[in-house]
Amino acid sequence: MPSIIEVKGLRKRFGSVMAVNGISFTVDEGTITGLLGPNGAGKTTTIQMLLDLITPTEGEILLFGKHLEDHREELLSRVNFSSPYVALPSDLTVTENLKTFARLYGVSDVNKKIDELADFFEIRDLLPKMTSVLSTGQMTRLALTKALLNDPELLFLDEPTASLDPDIADRTRKLLLRISKERGVTMLYTSHNMVEIEELCPRVIFLQKGNIVDDGAPDSLVKKYGRKDLNEVFLQIAREETAH
Amino acid sequence: MDEKISTKCFYKSREKKPLIKAMNFHRINALILRNLYLYQRSIPRLMDILYWPVMELLVWGFLSVYIEKLSLGTFNAVTILLGAIIFWDILSNAQRAVSVAFLEDVWEKNFLNLFVTPLRVSEFLAATGIIGFIRIVIVVAVAGVLAYFLYAFNLLVFGWTLGLFTIAIILRFGSQAQILAWGFITLIQPFTAVFYPVSALPAWLQPLAWWIPSTYVFEGMRYGIAGSGFSSSLFLQGLGLNVVYLVLVLIFFYRMFAAVKRQGRLLKLH
Repeated sequence: MPSIIEVKGLRKRFGSVMAVNGISFTVDEGTITGLLGPNGAGKTTTIQMLLDLITPTEGEILLFGKHLEDHREELLSRVNFSSPYVALPSDLTVTENLKTFARLYGVSDVNKKIDELADFFEIRDLLPKMTSVLSTGQMTRLALTKALLNDPELLFLDEPTASLDPDIADRTRKLLLRISKERGVTMLYTSHNMVEIEELCPRVIFLQKGNIVDDGAPDSLVKKYGRKDLNEVFLQIAREETAH
Repeated sequence: MDEKISTKCFYKSREKKPLIKAMNFHRINALILRNLYLYQRSIPRLMDILYWPVMELLVWGFLSVYIEKLSLGTFNAVTILLGAIIFWDILSNAQRAVSVAFLEDVWEKNFLNLFVTPLRVSEFLAATGIIGFIRIVIVVAVAGVLAYFLYAFNLLVFGWTLGLFTIAIILRFGSQAQILAWGFITLIQPFTAVFYPVSALPAWLQPLAWWIPSTYVFEGMRYGIAGSGFSSSLFLQGLGLNVVYLVLVLIFFYRMFAAVKRQGRLLKLH
């Protein structure tokens, strides 16, 4: 299976703080990989470097086998991102927001694409509404709709179910599994909800203080650490490091 | 490994990228349309281009008629002051259009959404400049004056340059510098001879005035109103300075943008 993401010796230093300390990993095509770790572990910095929002101090990032720095436009047109912490302009209607981003990604038939995704995410009734009046759950669906406008082959999801109630969170997870299955989209997923990670991710990468401290399938990590579930593994890794 | 050495190596391997690439019009068009969506229902935005310039024109118009009635001088106060007001609006609108459009994305926390698309910084700047131009066209039309194109061009370019400089400063110093989006243009107003000739300034300030491109436009306007026609010398000097400042500010802006990306502060602007 070809690697969609290849990270080699990636390092990011902010002044005296080493946010990401020379990490290397690959992510295979069509998989969902969890990027886990406590606050300050380097997850967000890593994802932002993978999206060319932060310039690395050192290392290489290859997406689809090509250097991100040298092929930014081509690669970013095949990638998308969704996070509940990143708002879409609130002064625009849902349709206007989707049209803007569809054009930024060079979608050929904008209206057809919005129609298709409005049905997929069941947001047709939201299209004429102002983005500012949407509920948290509706905003999540809009953010995911935006994230699929360019039919991405790689999706970065930063805590997509944060601040959702259990029902909407469950629906969102099922939607993501459906996207992965039906569209073969590769996903790099961050979350602090270990139950969710066990449900979605066949593989997880644990980060702690900018280093990869473990990498594997959730059930094998649970066995390796002799714990009940992934949540306990997370706590052990986070607290071991704190104890050190 | 020594951090400084490894950083140098990383960047050396990237230096073969071409500096200038063709811009993609679809992406510029997307940002222009987004702004037009915003303008169609935003009263503050519409007031900025329709209401305030008209109010300013009326106040200064009445004042200049009053000055003329007082017969304090032989000059045509109405023409000079109204011309100055319209030209000043062109300059200040061009600067605000660039700076405020940038700040709106900062306030909306929309930078991440924009810059995870293939959008390039040059395309973002081009779209902002075009929106600024559309605003200027409306301002001038509403004021009812067909500004002499060559003068307006020089003011537009200098306004954009000041706008870009303001953005670069905001990128560097963060939210506390946002007030510059409105205040920066007034910093130059006393020295650029909007309502009075450069000769009215103290002698020691006059050289400073001639380092500001807009000074050549306002002097050129007075030159024309005095019946001396179009001064190509003033126009070319203003244009030359504009080109130099624009190039310097673009270099400064790209350096600030790269520094913000290195420091991971692009998404922390608010």
